[in-house]
Amino acid sequence: MKNISAITYKELLIYFSSPMAYIIAGVFFTLTGVFFVTSIEGAFAEASARALFSNATYFLMPLIPPLLTMRLLAEEQKLGTLELLLTSPIRDYEIVVAKFLASFIILLAMTLFTLFYMLLLFVYQANPDIGPMISTYVGFILYAMVALSIGLLASSLTTNQIVAASVGFGIIFLFTILQRINEVIDGPIATLIEHLSLLSHFESFSRGVMDTKDIAYFIVMTATFLFLTIRSLESRRWR
Amino acid sequence: MSSEIMVQANNITKFYGEYPAISNVSFTANKGEIIGFLGPNGSGKTTTMRILTGYMPASSGDATIAGYDVANQSLEAKQHVGYLPENAPLYTDMKVNEYLTFTGKIRGMTKTAIKSRLDEIIEICRLQEYRNTIIGKLSKGFRQRVGIAQAIIHQPDVLILDEPTIGIDPIQVVETRSLIKEIGGDSTIILSSHILPEVSAICERVIIINDGEIVAVDSPENLSNRLEATERIRIEALGKTSDMVSVFRNNPSVQDVNFETLDDGKIIFDIISKGGLEIRSELAKSVIDNGWSLYNLQAVSLSLEDIFLRLTTNEEEIFEEKK
Repeated sequence: MKNISAITYKELLIYFSSPMAYIIAGVFFTLTGVFFVTSIEGAFAEASARALFSNATYFLMPLIPPLLTMRLLAEEQKLGTLELLLTSPIRDYEIVVAKFLASFIILLAMTLFTLFYMLLLFVYQANPDIGPMISTYVGFILYAMVALSIGLLASSLTTNQIVAASVGFGIIFLFTILQRINEVIDGPIATLIEHLSLLSHFESFSRGVMDTKDIAYFIVMTATFLFLTIRSLESRRWR
Repeated sequence: MSSEIMVQANNITKFYGEYPAISNVSFTANKGEIIGFLGPNGSGKTTTMRILTGYMPASSGDATIAGYDVANQSLEAKQHVGYLPENAPLYTDMKVNEYLTFTGKIRGMTKTAIKSRLDEIIEICRLQEYRNTIIGKLSKGFRQRVGIAQAIIHQPDVLILDEPTIGIDPIQVVETRSLIKEIGGDSTIILSSHILPEVSAICERVIIINDGEIVAVDSPENLSNRLEATERIRIEALGKTSDMVSVFRNNPSVQDVNFETLDDGKIIFDIISKGGLEIRSELAKSVIDNGWSLYNLQAVSLSLEDIFLRLTTNEEEIFEEKK
């Protein structure tokens, strides 16, 4: 636990000592701001978190998490600092979990800042429904965990941060749009693939339903990708 | 000084694919000893060190650090090792203070222990003015000092330094060497280098490694004695090359023969005698008896560098270089 907090703290220090975290946050706030304004204006205006986060999961999730995680393991390998970590009395899983936590804390903080938009809904007495709002946030945060773990896996596979971000983007986007497979094929395989899709599990959250099945899906996906990242890190030793 | 064994390697072999990077490397290091790993680039020094530090496992064989097996008790073994890889593992975005605190934490030190130790190592490594400098802005020599500082922060029993003076300017090289001697104390130090004078200046024992195999283990003094015991003779002669080479090679007192053909057809031989036997007259006689023309014959003293080359290079390579 001490090792995890030490590495997480180090990662947070590095996030804020370079312009990267600020730039990513800037992009995130600008786009969520646009999504919010379009959700409360126009013909289909609604006072909820749903519209904002439907857009955010579709457009921001494939982008922001890989940008946050691309550095985490790729740079350690490139700078040779991974040698420091792997020769210190730390377990491999501690390295991976600590780095995941650091990126999660950043994304969680950014997500919580969007509560400001929700606050505006209350201030201007738009009478938003608080139940679906909470479930949307829970769903979005779970969604973010999966996306970050995919990004971290991509970062463990290469020493090049751009490659890490691109691979991460590709995998997350694929998992996002997977449910559209049933437009092309049907049958049990299509159902199976649809169940793997991130978006199909997020939809119930945005409607105000928190199903254990969906929560379990996000947690199992996160654990799987973190496990693969640990194995990928271990395999460095055998190459 | 006690003779407690701190590092032990038993027949370590490491394969990269089909090719063995090191084969059957065995040695021990006692408490407080400073050992030098000497060998040309690519000879397996870094591989050996990476196995000892637990960075990668050996294909076969085993090693212990402070009595702990580096493969099966890796966390305990790693607790006793301080390691400076060839490229100092520095986070260039962090400040010196932050970085050293971090490296203390991941070695399991408490906050108070880190605080008091930090002042000590900053002083030892003469980094006082750079405590709050971002590492990326330091020069290579200072970065190397930060690298050494992270390796000693937890007062390890075994300190492993991979090419600690590579790539820094000559004044800083001298400073780094004295720093290494200074921090020695009770720690066992294993350092690698491809520069012989460096190893003989710092180390009590030298392990010469070539093509992944240990070719000699000795004190720098004994290596110098070998120097005196070896005779090297230079002969300039004219005759049929293959005959001359085979006659010299077949001489039982000759250890090694190299040669080079000059533009005018003369051949220059570089001959090492076995155990430093005086064979000049014998060689002169064999040249004359075979009817070849002798132009020059002289003894050449063998420097420590030559021994190193002799031990670690095979003759084809020397011949290629001379060409």
